[in-house]
Amino acid sequence: MDGAISAPLARRAVRRPGQNYARRYWAFAIPAGIVVITVMVFPWLFTLFMSVHDWHIGGTRSWAGLANYAHLLDDERFQTSILRTLYFTALSVAAPVVLGIAAAVCFHRNFPGRGIARTIFIMPMMATPVAVALVWTMMFHPQLGVLNYLLTSVGLPPSEWVYNAGTVIPTLVMVETWQWTPLVMLIVLGGLASLPTDPYEAAILDGANGWQMFRHITLPLVWPFVVVALVIRTIDALKAFDTIFVISGGGPGSASETINLLLYLTAFNYYDMGYASAIVVVFFLLILAITLVLLRVRQREKWL
Amino acid sequence: MRGRRTSGEYRLRRVAGRVGLYLSVIVLVSPALLVFLWMLSLSLKNEVDNMAFPPVFIPNPPTLDNYVQVFAQNDFLSYTINSVIVSFSATFLALAVGVPAGYGIAKSRATKAALLILIARITPGLSYLIPLFLLFQWIGLIGTLTPLVITHLVITVPIVVWVMIGFFEGLPGELEEAALVDGATIWQAFRYVAMPLARPGITVAMILSFIFSWNNFIFGVVLAGRETRTLPVAVYNVLTFEQVSWGPLAAAALVVTAPVLLLTLLMQKEIIAGLTTGGVKGG
Repeated sequence: MDGAISAPLARRAVRRPGQNYARRYWAFAIPAGIVVITVMVFPWLFTLFMSVHDWHIGGTRSWAGLANYAHLLDDERFQTSILRTLYFTALSVAAPVVLGIAAAVCFHRNFPGRGIARTIFIMPMMATPVAVALVWTMMFHPQLGVLNYLLTSVGLPPSEWVYNAGTVIPTLVMVETWQWTPLVMLIVLGGLASLPTDPYEAAILDGANGWQMFRHITLPLVWPFVVVALVIRTIDALKAFDTIFVISGGGPGSASETINLLLYLTAFNYYDMGYASAIVVVFFLLILAITLVLLRVRQREKWL
Repeated sequence: MRGRRTSGEYRLRRVAGRVGLYLSVIVLVSPALLVFLWMLSLSLKNEVDNMAFPPVFIPNPPTLDNYVQVFAQNDFLSYTINSVIVSFSATFLALAVGVPAGYGIAKSRATKAALLILIARITPGLSYLIPLFLLFQWIGLIGTLTPLVITHLVITVPIVVWVMIGFFEGLPGELEEAALVDGATIWQAFRYVAMPLARPGITVAMILSFIFSWNNFIFGVVLAGRETRTLPVAVYNVLTFEQVSWGPLAAAALVVTAPVLLLTLLMQKEIIAGLTTGGVKGG
Protein backbone atom coordinates (compact mmCIF):
# COMPACT_ATOMS: atom_id res chain seq x y z
CA MET A 1 0.00 0.00 0.00
CA ASP A 2 2.91 2.26 0.81
CA GLY A 3 4.25 2.28 -2.73
CA ALA A 4 0.88 2.19 -4.41
CA ILE A 5 -0.26 5.41 -2.80
CA SER A 6 2.96 7.35 -2.63
CA ALA A 7 4.14 6.80 -6.21
CA PRO A 8 1.46 8.78 -8.04
CA LEU A 9 1.27 11.37 -5.32
CA ALA A 10 5.02 11.89 -5.09
CA ARG A 11 5.38 13.49 -8.50
CA ARG A 12 2.91 16.23 -7.75
CA ALA A 13 3.55 16.85 -4.11
CA VAL A 14 7.09 18.17 -4.31
CA ARG A 15 6.50 21.51 -5.97
CA ARG A 16 4.10 23.61 -3.99
CA PRO A 17 3.95 22.56 -0.38
CA GLY A 18 1.43 24.06 1.97
CA GLN A 19 -1.47 25.03 -0.24
CA ASN A 20 -4.12 23.54 -2.47
CA TYR A 21 -3.52 20.03 -1.34
CA ALA A 22 -7.12 19.45 -0.41
CA ARG A 23 -7.94 17.32 -3.40
CA ARG A 24 -4.76 15.27 -3.28
CA TYR A 25 -5.37 14.30 0.32
CA TRP A 26 -8.49 12.47 -0.78
CA ALA A 27 -6.24 9.62 -1.96
CA PHE A 28 -5.69 8.75 1.68
CA ALA A 29 -9.36 7.93 2.02
CA ILE A 30 -9.53 5.56 -0.97
CA PRO A 31 -8.94 2.27 0.92
CA ALA A 32 -11.48 3.26 3.57
CA GLY A 33 -13.82 4.33 0.79
CA ILE A 34 -13.65 0.86 -0.76
CA VAL A 35 -14.49 -0.71 2.59
CA VAL A 36 -17.36 1.72 3.15
CA ILE A 37 -18.78 1.00 -0.30
CA THR A 38 -18.59 -2.75 0.30
CA VAL A 39 -20.03 -3.00 3.78
CA MET A 40 -22.24 0.08 3.92
CA VAL A 41 -23.22 1.54 0.54
CA PHE A 42 -23.77 -1.78 -1.17
CA PRO A 43 -26.00 -3.09 1.65
CA TRP A 44 -28.03 0.10 1.43
CA LEU A 45 -28.61 -0.20 -2.29
CA PHE A 46 -29.39 -3.89 -1.98
CA THR A 47 -31.86 -3.13 0.81
CA LEU A 48 -33.70 -0.65 -1.41
CA PHE A 49 -33.73 -3.26 -4.17
CA MET A 50 -35.11 -5.99 -1.89
CA SER A 51 -37.72 -3.70 -0.39
CA VAL A 52 -39.58 -3.56 -3.70
CA HIS A 53 -39.51 -7.32 -4.10
CA ASP A 54 -41.37 -10.18 -2.57
CA TRP A 55 -38.28 -11.90 -1.27
CA HIS A 56 -38.35 -14.95 1.01
CA ILE A 57 -35.28 -16.99 1.80
CA GLY A 58 -35.73 -20.36 0.11
CA GLY A 59 -38.98 -19.19 -1.42
CA THR A 60 -40.46 -16.74 -3.86
CA ARG A 61 -38.55 -13.84 -5.31
CA SER A 62 -40.57 -11.52 -7.48
CA TRP A 63 -41.17 -7.85 -8.22
CA ALA A 64 -43.62 -6.40 -5.73
CA GLY A 65 -43.55 -2.69 -6.38
CA LEU A 66 -44.56 -0.78 -3.31
CA ALA A 67 -46.58 -3.65 -1.87
CA ASN A 68 -44.23 -4.09 1.09
CA TYR A 69 -44.54 -0.41 1.97
CA ALA A 70 -48.32 -0.53 1.52
CA HIS A 71 -48.40 -3.49 3.86
CA LEU A 72 -46.62 -1.39 6.54
CA LEU A 73 -49.53 1.02 6.47
CA ASP A 74 -52.05 -1.60 7.55
CA ASP A 75 -49.74 -3.73 9.67
CA GLU A 76 -50.92 -3.10 13.20
CA ARG A 77 -48.01 -5.00 14.71
CA PHE A 78 -45.54 -2.68 12.99
CA GLN A 79 -47.42 0.47 14.01
CA THR A 80 -47.64 -0.62 17.63
CA SER A 81 -43.90 -1.33 17.57
CA ILE A 82 -43.27 2.26 16.48
CA LEU A 83 -45.26 3.63 19.42
CA ARG A 84 -43.49 1.23 21.75
CA THR A 85 -40.11 2.31 20.41
CA LEU A 86 -40.98 5.97 20.95
CA TYR A 87 -42.18 5.24 24.50
CA PHE A 88 -39.01 3.29 25.28
CA THR A 89 -36.86 6.01 23.70
CA ALA A 90 -38.47 8.91 25.55
CA LEU A 91 -37.86 7.22 28.90
CA SER A 92 -34.36 6.00 28.02
CA VAL A 93 -33.34 9.49 26.99
CA ALA A 94 -34.89 11.40 29.88
CA ALA A 95 -33.61 9.27 32.74
CA PRO A 96 -29.94 9.00 31.67
CA VAL A 97 -29.77 12.68 30.71
CA VAL A 98 -31.11 13.91 34.06
CA LEU A 99 -29.01 11.48 36.07
CA GLY A 100 -25.99 12.06 33.83
CA ILE A 101 -26.08 15.82 34.45
CA ALA A 102 -26.32 15.21 38.20
CA ALA A 103 -23.44 12.74 38.04
CA ALA A 104 -21.32 15.15 36.01
CA VAL A 105 -21.85 17.90 38.58
CA CYS A 106 -20.68 15.49 41.32
CA PHE A 107 -17.67 14.21 39.41
CA HIS A 108 -16.68 17.72 38.41
CA ARG A 109 -15.90 18.47 42.06
CA ASN A 110 -12.65 17.28 43.49
CA PHE A 111 -12.72 14.67 46.23
CA PRO A 112 -10.45 11.86 47.35
CA GLY A 113 -11.22 8.64 45.48
CA ARG A 114 -12.70 10.45 42.50
CA GLY A 115 -10.61 8.52 39.96
CA ILE A 116 -11.67 5.07 41.10
CA ALA A 117 -15.29 6.15 41.64
CA ARG A 118 -15.43 7.46 38.07
CA THR A 119 -13.88 4.26 36.71
CA ILE A 120 -16.50 2.13 38.45
CA PHE A 121 -19.22 4.49 37.28
CA ILE A 122 -18.32 4.12 33.58
CA MET A 123 -17.94 0.32 33.72
CA PRO A 124 -21.58 -0.46 32.85
CA MET A 125 -21.11 1.39 29.57
CA MET A 126 -17.98 -0.53 28.61
CA ALA A 127 -19.08 -3.99 29.76
CA THR A 128 -20.34 -6.45 27.15
CA PRO A 129 -24.09 -5.70 26.87
CA VAL A 130 -25.08 -9.35 26.53
CA ALA A 131 -23.13 -10.30 29.64
CA VAL A 132 -24.68 -7.63 31.85
CA ALA A 133 -28.10 -8.27 30.33
CA LEU A 134 -27.84 -11.89 31.50
CA VAL A 135 -26.96 -10.81 35.02
CA TRP A 136 -29.98 -8.47 35.04
CA THR A 137 -32.14 -11.35 33.78
CA MET A 138 -31.10 -13.38 36.79
CA MET A 139 -31.75 -10.45 39.11
CA PHE A 140 -35.25 -9.98 37.65
CA HIS A 141 -36.32 -13.56 38.44
CA PRO A 142 -39.69 -13.12 40.19
CA GLN A 143 -39.15 -15.83 42.84
CA LEU A 144 -35.40 -16.18 43.26
CA GLY A 145 -34.13 -12.83 41.99
CA VAL A 146 -32.13 -10.62 44.27
CA LEU A 147 -34.11 -7.49 43.32
CA ASN A 148 -37.39 -8.80 44.70
CA TYR A 149 -35.56 -9.89 47.83
CA LEU A 150 -34.26 -6.34 48.24
CA LEU A 151 -37.71 -4.85 47.61
CA THR A 152 -39.47 -7.09 50.12
CA SER A 153 -36.75 -6.65 52.72
CA VAL A 154 -37.44 -2.90 52.81
CA GLY A 155 -41.18 -3.54 52.96
CA LEU A 156 -42.10 -2.90 49.30
CA PRO A 157 -44.20 -5.31 47.26
CA PRO A 158 -42.26 -7.55 44.84
CA SER A 159 -42.41 -6.67 41.13
CA GLU A 160 -42.86 -8.92 38.14
CA TRP A 161 -40.21 -6.92 36.28
CA VAL A 162 -39.93 -8.19 32.71
CA TYR A 163 -42.59 -10.86 33.18
CA ASN A 164 -45.42 -8.34 33.14
CA ALA A 165 -46.60 -6.44 30.08
CA GLY A 166 -47.03 -3.25 32.10
CA THR A 167 -43.62 -3.18 33.75
CA VAL A 168 -41.42 -4.68 31.07
CA ILE A 169 -40.57 -1.44 29.27
CA PRO A 170 -39.83 0.63 32.41
CA THR A 171 -37.68 -2.28 33.60
CA LEU A 172 -35.74 -2.37 30.33
CA VAL A 173 -35.38 1.41 30.58
CA MET A 174 -33.84 0.91 34.00
CA VAL A 175 -31.16 -1.35 32.50
CA GLU A 176 -30.61 1.08 29.64
CA THR A 177 -30.26 3.92 32.16
CA TRP A 178 -27.82 1.92 34.26
CA GLN A 179 -25.78 1.28 31.14
CA TRP A 180 -25.77 4.65 29.39
CA THR A 181 -25.94 7.33 32.10
CA PRO A 182 -22.09 7.23 32.14
CA LEU A 183 -21.88 8.37 28.51
CA VAL A 184 -24.07 11.40 29.24
CA MET A 185 -21.97 12.07 32.34
CA LEU A 186 -18.72 12.00 30.36
CA ILE A 187 -20.02 14.37 27.69
CA VAL A 188 -21.44 16.85 30.22
CA LEU A 189 -18.30 16.53 32.36
CA GLY A 190 -16.28 17.56 29.30
CA GLY A 191 -18.52 20.62 29.07
CA LEU A 192 -18.14 21.50 32.74
CA ALA A 193 -14.35 21.29 32.45
CA SER A 194 -14.42 24.03 29.81
CA LEU A 195 -16.52 26.50 31.82
CA PRO A 196 -15.07 29.86 32.92
CA THR A 197 -14.84 30.51 36.67
CA ASP A 198 -15.63 34.27 36.67
CA PRO A 199 -19.45 34.03 36.70
CA TYR A 200 -19.27 31.81 39.77
CA GLU A 201 -17.03 34.20 41.65
CA ALA A 202 -19.45 37.06 40.91
CA ALA A 203 -22.42 34.93 41.95
CA ILE A 204 -20.82 33.91 45.24
CA LEU A 205 -20.17 37.58 45.97
CA ASP A 206 -23.84 38.23 45.29
CA GLY A 207 -24.77 35.53 47.78
CA ALA A 208 -26.20 33.02 45.31
CA ASN A 209 -26.74 29.52 46.64
CA GLY A 210 -25.67 26.28 44.99
CA TRP A 211 -28.95 25.56 43.24
CA GLN A 212 -29.23 29.13 41.90
CA MET A 213 -25.71 28.92 40.49
CA PHE A 214 -26.47 25.57 38.87
CA ARG A 215 -29.78 26.74 37.44
CA HIS A 216 -28.69 30.15 36.14
CA ILE A 217 -25.00 29.69 35.32
CA THR A 218 -23.96 26.06 34.94
CA LEU A 219 -26.97 24.73 33.09
CA PRO A 220 -27.14 27.45 30.39
CA LEU A 221 -23.38 27.29 29.79
CA VAL A 222 -23.25 23.51 29.58
CA TRP A 223 -26.49 23.22 27.58
CA PRO A 224 -24.83 22.61 24.17
CA PHE A 225 -23.13 19.56 25.64
CA VAL A 226 -26.40 18.36 27.11
CA VAL A 227 -27.99 18.60 23.67
CA VAL A 228 -25.18 16.54 22.16
CA ALA A 229 -25.74 13.89 24.83
CA LEU A 230 -29.46 14.07 24.10
CA VAL A 231 -28.95 13.45 20.39
CA ILE A 232 -26.56 10.54 20.90
CA ARG A 233 -28.80 8.99 23.52
CA THR A 234 -31.88 9.31 21.30
CA ILE A 235 -30.16 7.58 18.38
CA ASP A 236 -28.90 4.76 20.59
CA ALA A 237 -32.22 4.26 22.35
CA LEU A 238 -34.09 4.07 19.04
CA LYS A 239 -31.61 1.41 17.89
CA ALA A 240 -31.48 -0.50 21.20
CA PHE A 241 -31.35 -4.23 20.59
CA ASP A 242 -29.00 -6.35 22.69
CA THR A 243 -30.52 -5.82 26.12
CA ILE A 244 -34.13 -6.09 24.92
CA PHE A 245 -33.37 -9.19 22.86
CA VAL A 246 -31.57 -10.95 25.71
CA ILE A 247 -33.68 -9.87 28.67
CA SER A 248 -37.24 -9.98 27.34
CA GLY A 249 -36.92 -11.16 23.75
CA GLY A 250 -39.68 -8.70 22.89
CA GLY A 251 -42.07 -10.30 25.36
CA PRO A 252 -44.11 -11.05 27.33
CA GLY A 253 -46.28 -11.58 24.26
CA SER A 254 -45.13 -8.64 22.20
CA ALA A 255 -45.14 -6.10 25.05
CA SER A 256 -41.54 -5.01 24.47
CA GLU A 257 -41.33 -5.65 20.73
CA THR A 258 -39.64 -2.50 19.43
CA ILE A 259 -39.07 -1.85 15.71
CA ASN A 260 -35.60 -3.35 15.90
CA LEU A 261 -36.92 -6.56 17.50
CA LEU A 262 -39.70 -6.84 14.92
CA LEU A 263 -37.11 -6.28 12.21
CA TYR A 264 -34.97 -9.11 13.55
CA LEU A 265 -37.92 -11.49 13.73
CA THR A 266 -39.16 -10.58 10.26
CA ALA A 267 -35.75 -11.12 8.69
CA PHE A 268 -34.27 -14.01 10.62
CA ASN A 269 -37.24 -15.90 12.01
CA TYR A 270 -39.79 -15.44 9.22
CA TYR A 271 -37.14 -14.98 6.51
CA ASP A 272 -39.30 -12.33 4.85
CA MET A 273 -36.40 -10.26 3.50
CA GLY A 274 -38.49 -8.00 1.28
CA TYR A 275 -40.77 -6.87 4.06
CA ALA A 276 -37.83 -6.60 6.49
CA SER A 277 -36.06 -4.34 4.00
CA ALA A 278 -39.09 -2.07 3.82
CA ILE A 279 -39.07 -1.90 7.63
CA VAL A 280 -35.36 -0.99 7.51
CA VAL A 281 -36.01 1.89 5.12
CA VAL A 282 -38.88 3.33 7.18
CA PHE A 283 -36.99 2.76 10.45
CA PHE A 284 -33.95 4.57 9.07
CA LEU A 285 -36.06 7.50 7.87
CA LEU A 286 -37.66 7.71 11.30
CA ILE A 287 -34.28 7.85 13.06
CA LEU A 288 -33.00 10.33 10.50
CA ALA A 289 -36.03 12.60 10.94
CA ILE A 290 -35.79 12.59 14.73
CA THR A 291 -32.02 13.21 14.58
CA LEU A 292 -32.42 16.14 12.21
CA VAL A 293 -35.10 17.71 14.38
CA LEU A 294 -32.81 17.43 17.40
CA LEU A 295 -29.82 18.74 15.46
CA ARG A 296 -31.78 21.86 14.61
CA VAL A 297 -32.06 22.45 18.33
CA ARG A 298 -28.32 22.06 18.66
CA GLN A 299 -26.45 25.27 18.05
CA ARG A 300 -22.81 25.29 18.86
CA GLU A 301 -20.95 22.04 19.17
CA LYS A 302 -19.68 20.15 16.15
CA TRP A 303 -19.65 16.76 17.73
CA LEU A 304 -21.27 13.54 16.49
CA MET B 1 -22.33 42.02 49.91
CA ARG B 2 -25.53 40.33 50.95
CA GLY B 3 -25.97 37.48 53.40
CA ARG B 4 -22.97 37.83 55.67
CA ARG B 5 -22.43 34.72 57.65
CA THR B 6 -20.33 33.78 60.65
CA SER B 7 -17.32 31.52 60.13
CA GLY B 8 -19.06 28.75 62.08
CA GLU B 9 -21.98 28.81 59.71
CA TYR B 10 -19.60 28.57 56.76
CA ARG B 11 -17.86 25.55 58.25
CA LEU B 12 -21.16 23.83 58.89
CA ARG B 13 -22.28 24.47 55.32
CA ARG B 14 -18.99 23.14 53.98
CA VAL B 15 -19.22 19.97 56.03
CA ALA B 16 -22.86 19.49 54.99
CA GLY B 17 -21.82 20.02 51.36
CA ARG B 18 -19.09 17.40 51.66
CA VAL B 19 -21.41 14.86 53.24
CA GLY B 20 -24.01 15.52 50.54
CA LEU B 21 -21.39 15.07 47.83
CA TYR B 22 -20.18 11.76 49.25
CA LEU B 23 -23.72 10.49 49.64
CA SER B 24 -24.53 11.40 46.03
CA VAL B 25 -21.37 9.68 44.77
CA ILE B 26 -22.25 6.55 46.74
CA VAL B 27 -25.78 6.57 45.32
CA LEU B 28 -24.41 7.04 41.80
CA VAL B 29 -21.67 4.43 41.96
CA SER B 30 -23.37 1.65 43.90
CA PRO B 31 -25.70 0.36 41.14
CA ALA B 32 -22.66 -0.23 38.92
CA LEU B 33 -20.62 -1.74 41.72
CA LEU B 34 -23.40 -3.96 43.08
CA VAL B 35 -24.32 -5.49 39.72
CA PHE B 36 -20.73 -6.49 39.03
CA LEU B 37 -20.25 -7.79 42.57
CA TRP B 38 -23.44 -9.83 42.26
CA MET B 39 -22.17 -11.23 38.97
CA LEU B 40 -18.94 -12.25 40.71
CA SER B 41 -20.86 -13.68 43.66
CA LEU B 42 -23.13 -15.79 41.41
CA SER B 43 -20.14 -17.13 39.52
CA LEU B 44 -18.35 -18.28 42.70
CA LYS B 45 -21.29 -20.08 44.35
CA ASN B 46 -22.60 -23.59 43.90
CA GLU B 47 -26.05 -24.17 42.43
CA VAL B 48 -27.72 -24.73 45.79
CA ASP B 49 -26.61 -21.35 47.13
CA ASN B 50 -27.51 -19.63 43.86
CA MET B 51 -31.08 -20.95 44.07
CA ALA B 52 -31.46 -20.11 47.75
CA PHE B 53 -34.02 -17.58 48.95
CA PRO B 54 -33.23 -15.34 50.74
CA PRO B 55 -30.15 -15.12 48.52
CA VAL B 56 -26.69 -16.02 49.74
CA PHE B 57 -24.56 -12.92 49.20
CA ILE B 58 -21.04 -14.01 50.13
CA PRO B 59 -19.90 -17.29 48.52
CA ASN B 60 -18.99 -19.63 51.34
CA PRO B 61 -16.77 -21.34 50.47
CA PRO B 62 -16.10 -19.80 47.03
CA THR B 63 -15.79 -22.35 44.27
CA LEU B 64 -14.31 -22.22 40.78
CA ASP B 65 -16.43 -25.14 39.58
CA ASN B 66 -18.60 -22.87 37.41
CA TYR B 67 -15.57 -21.60 35.51
CA VAL B 68 -14.24 -25.12 35.06
CA GLN B 69 -17.63 -26.19 33.75
CA VAL B 70 -17.83 -23.29 31.29
CA PHE B 71 -14.53 -24.17 29.70
CA ALA B 72 -14.88 -27.95 29.93
CA GLN B 73 -18.47 -28.39 28.74
CA ASN B 74 -19.15 -25.36 26.60
CA ASP B 75 -15.91 -25.15 24.64
CA PHE B 76 -15.40 -21.53 25.63
CA LEU B 77 -11.76 -21.76 24.70
CA SER B 78 -12.54 -22.01 21.00
CA TYR B 79 -15.15 -19.24 21.25
CA THR B 80 -12.55 -17.07 22.96
CA ILE B 81 -10.17 -17.74 20.09
CA ASN B 82 -12.93 -16.81 17.61
CA SER B 83 -13.58 -13.55 19.44
CA VAL B 84 -9.88 -12.72 19.57
CA ILE B 85 -9.45 -13.41 15.84
CA VAL B 86 -12.51 -11.39 14.84
CA SER B 87 -11.88 -8.38 17.07
CA PHE B 88 -8.17 -8.15 16.35
CA SER B 89 -8.62 -8.54 12.58
CA ALA B 90 -11.46 -6.03 12.45
CA THR B 91 -9.48 -3.55 14.54
CA PHE B 92 -6.27 -4.01 12.57
CA LEU B 93 -7.99 -3.66 9.20
CA ALA B 94 -9.88 -0.60 10.43
CA LEU B 95 -6.64 1.04 11.55
CA ALA B 96 -4.97 0.22 8.23
CA VAL B 97 -7.66 1.98 6.21
CA GLY B 98 -9.04 4.36 8.83
CA VAL B 99 -5.90 6.16 9.98
CA PRO B 100 -4.95 7.39 6.50
CA ALA B 101 -8.60 8.20 5.82
CA GLY B 102 -8.82 10.27 8.99
CA TYR B 103 -5.71 12.13 7.89
CA GLY B 104 -7.00 12.75 4.39
CA ILE B 105 -10.36 13.99 5.64
CA ALA B 106 -8.81 16.22 8.31
CA LYS B 107 -6.36 17.72 5.80
CA SER B 108 -8.87 18.33 3.05
CA ARG B 109 -11.37 19.67 5.59
CA ALA B 110 -14.08 17.55 4.04
CA THR B 111 -17.18 18.32 6.04
CA LYS B 112 -19.27 16.02 3.86
CA ALA B 113 -17.30 13.06 5.19
CA ALA B 114 -18.61 13.89 8.63
CA LEU B 115 -22.11 13.62 7.24
CA LEU B 116 -21.32 10.11 5.98
CA ILE B 117 -20.19 9.13 9.45
CA LEU B 118 -23.37 10.57 10.92
CA ILE B 119 -25.34 8.33 8.57
CA ALA B 120 -23.22 5.35 9.59
CA ARG B 121 -23.84 6.30 13.20
CA ILE B 122 -27.61 6.37 12.95
CA THR B 123 -28.07 3.27 10.79
CA PRO B 124 -29.18 0.27 12.85
CA GLY B 125 -26.73 -2.63 12.68
CA LEU B 126 -29.48 -4.97 11.53
CA SER B 127 -29.97 -3.06 8.30
CA TYR B 128 -26.46 -3.97 7.15
CA LEU B 129 -27.01 -7.53 8.21
CA ILE B 130 -29.92 -8.44 5.99
CA PRO B 131 -28.17 -7.78 2.66
CA LEU B 132 -24.77 -8.95 3.93
CA PHE B 133 -26.28 -12.17 5.22
CA LEU B 134 -27.74 -12.90 1.77
CA LEU B 135 -24.45 -11.96 0.12
CA PHE B 136 -22.38 -14.23 2.35
CA GLN B 137 -24.86 -17.03 1.90
CA TRP B 138 -24.63 -16.65 -1.85
CA ILE B 139 -20.82 -16.67 -1.83
CA GLY B 140 -20.88 -19.58 0.62
CA LEU B 141 -18.97 -17.90 3.44
CA ILE B 142 -21.53 -18.58 6.18
CA GLY B 143 -19.92 -20.79 8.77
CA THR B 144 -16.47 -19.20 8.50
CA LEU B 145 -15.06 -16.28 10.45
CA THR B 146 -14.63 -14.09 7.35
CA PRO B 147 -18.20 -12.68 7.32
CA LEU B 148 -17.82 -11.73 10.97
CA VAL B 149 -14.57 -9.88 10.36
CA ILE B 150 -16.06 -8.06 7.37
CA THR B 151 -19.26 -7.01 9.15
CA HIS B 152 -17.34 -5.90 12.22
CA LEU B 153 -15.70 -3.35 9.93
CA VAL B 154 -19.09 -1.63 9.97
CA ILE B 155 -18.37 -0.87 13.63
CA THR B 156 -14.62 -0.38 13.68
CA VAL B 157 -14.00 1.74 10.56
CA PRO B 158 -16.29 4.67 11.54
CA ILE B 159 -14.83 4.69 15.07
CA VAL B 160 -11.24 4.80 13.82
CA VAL B 161 -11.93 7.39 11.12
CA TRP B 162 -13.87 9.59 13.52
CA VAL B 163 -11.32 9.49 16.33
CA MET B 164 -8.45 10.07 13.89
CA ILE B 165 -10.10 13.06 12.19
CA GLY B 166 -10.29 14.67 15.62
CA PHE B 167 -6.66 13.95 16.45
CA PHE B 168 -5.22 15.00 13.10
CA GLU B 169 -7.24 18.21 13.19
CA GLY B 170 -5.67 18.92 16.57
CA LEU B 171 -2.11 18.60 15.27
CA PRO B 172 -0.35 21.87 14.42
CA GLY B 173 0.58 20.87 10.84
CA GLU B 174 3.74 23.00 10.67
CA LEU B 175 6.05 20.03 11.01
CA GLU B 176 4.45 18.33 8.02
CA GLU B 177 4.71 21.52 5.99
CA ALA B 178 8.39 21.72 6.89
CA ALA B 179 8.81 18.14 5.70
CA LEU B 180 7.02 18.98 2.42
CA VAL B 181 9.29 21.97 1.90
CA ASP B 182 12.26 19.64 2.38
CA GLY B 183 10.96 17.54 -0.49
CA ALA B 184 8.99 14.83 1.27
CA THR B 185 5.94 13.42 -0.50
CA ILE B 186 2.60 13.92 1.26
CA TRP B 187 2.61 10.20 1.95
CA GLN B 188 6.00 10.52 3.65
CA ALA B 189 4.84 13.57 5.59
CA PHE B 190 1.93 11.49 6.81
CA ARG B 191 3.89 8.32 7.48
CA TYR B 192 6.97 9.79 9.17
CA VAL B 193 5.72 13.07 10.66
CA ALA B 194 1.98 13.13 11.31
CA MET B 195 1.45 9.46 12.19
CA PRO B 196 4.08 9.28 14.94
CA LEU B 197 2.63 12.46 16.43
CA ALA B 198 -0.85 10.98 16.36
CA ARG B 199 0.18 7.81 18.20
CA PRO B 200 -1.95 8.67 21.26
CA GLY B 201 -4.93 9.05 18.93
CA ILE B 202 -4.18 5.72 17.28
CA THR B 203 -4.11 4.09 20.72
CA VAL B 204 -7.51 5.57 21.56
CA ALA B 205 -8.98 4.46 18.23
CA MET B 206 -7.54 0.97 18.67
CA ILE B 207 -8.91 0.49 22.19
CA LEU B 208 -12.39 1.76 21.35
CA SER B 209 -12.76 -0.21 18.16
CA PHE B 210 -11.50 -3.35 19.88
CA ILE B 211 -13.98 -2.95 22.74
CA PHE B 212 -16.99 -2.27 20.55
CA SER B 213 -16.09 -5.14 18.25
CA TRP B 214 -15.55 -7.49 21.20
CA ASN B 215 -18.91 -6.50 22.72
CA ASN B 216 -20.87 -6.87 19.50
CA PHE B 217 -23.61 -9.43 19.65
CA ILE B 218 -26.04 -8.90 16.81
CA PHE B 219 -23.66 -9.68 13.92
CA GLY B 220 -22.51 -12.86 15.59
CA VAL B 221 -26.01 -14.05 16.40
CA VAL B 222 -26.97 -13.92 12.73
CA LEU B 223 -23.74 -14.82 10.97
CA ALA B 224 -21.97 -17.27 13.27
CA GLY B 225 -22.37 -20.99 12.84
CA ARG B 226 -21.90 -23.56 15.59
CA GLU B 227 -18.15 -23.49 15.29
CA THR B 228 -17.70 -19.80 14.70
CA ARG B 229 -19.57 -18.28 17.62
CA THR B 230 -17.99 -15.29 19.24
CA LEU B 231 -18.06 -15.04 23.04
CA PRO B 232 -21.19 -12.85 23.39
CA VAL B 233 -23.13 -15.31 21.20
CA ALA B 234 -21.74 -18.26 23.14
CA VAL B 235 -22.75 -16.81 26.49
CA TYR B 236 -26.26 -16.12 25.18
CA ASN B 237 -26.49 -19.75 24.12
CA VAL B 238 -25.61 -20.90 27.62
CA LEU B 239 -28.86 -19.21 28.66
CA THR B 240 -31.06 -20.63 25.96
CA PHE B 241 -29.97 -24.24 25.94
CA GLU B 242 -29.18 -25.14 29.51
CA GLN B 243 -32.24 -24.04 31.43
CA VAL B 244 -31.63 -21.94 34.49
CA SER B 245 -28.16 -22.69 35.69
CA TRP B 246 -27.02 -19.46 37.18
CA GLY B 247 -23.49 -20.26 38.34
CA PRO B 248 -22.07 -21.24 34.95
CA LEU B 249 -24.08 -18.48 33.27
CA ALA B 250 -22.60 -15.80 35.53
CA ALA B 251 -19.13 -17.29 35.15
CA ALA B 252 -19.48 -17.25 31.37
CA ALA B 253 -20.73 -13.67 31.43
CA LEU B 254 -17.78 -12.62 33.53
CA VAL B 255 -15.32 -14.38 31.23
CA VAL B 256 -16.77 -12.48 28.26
CA THR B 257 -16.68 -9.06 29.82
CA ALA B 258 -13.52 -9.37 31.97
CA PRO B 259 -11.07 -8.33 29.21
CA VAL B 260 -13.13 -5.22 28.51
CA LEU B 261 -13.43 -4.27 32.17
CA LEU B 262 -9.68 -4.77 32.58
CA LEU B 263 -9.02 -2.52 29.59
CA THR B 264 -11.33 0.10 31.09
CA LEU B 265 -9.42 0.01 34.36
CA LEU B 266 -6.02 0.28 32.69
CA MET B 267 -6.86 2.67 29.86
CA GLN B 268 -9.45 4.88 31.50
CA LYS B 269 -7.91 8.12 30.28
CA GLU B 270 -7.68 7.05 26.64
CA ILE B 271 -11.20 5.65 26.62
CA ILE B 272 -12.71 8.79 28.08
CA ALA B 273 -10.75 10.97 25.64
CA GLY B 274 -12.05 8.90 22.73
CA LEU B 275 -15.66 8.75 23.85
CA THR B 276 -15.91 12.46 24.52
CA THR B 277 -14.66 13.38 21.05
CA GLY B 278 -17.88 12.14 19.60
CA GLY B 279 -19.76 9.60 21.63
CA VAL B 280 -18.82 6.87 19.20
CA LYS B 281 -20.56 3.58 19.60
CA GLY B 282 -21.04 0.89 17.05
CA GLY B 283 -23.85 -1.45 16.08
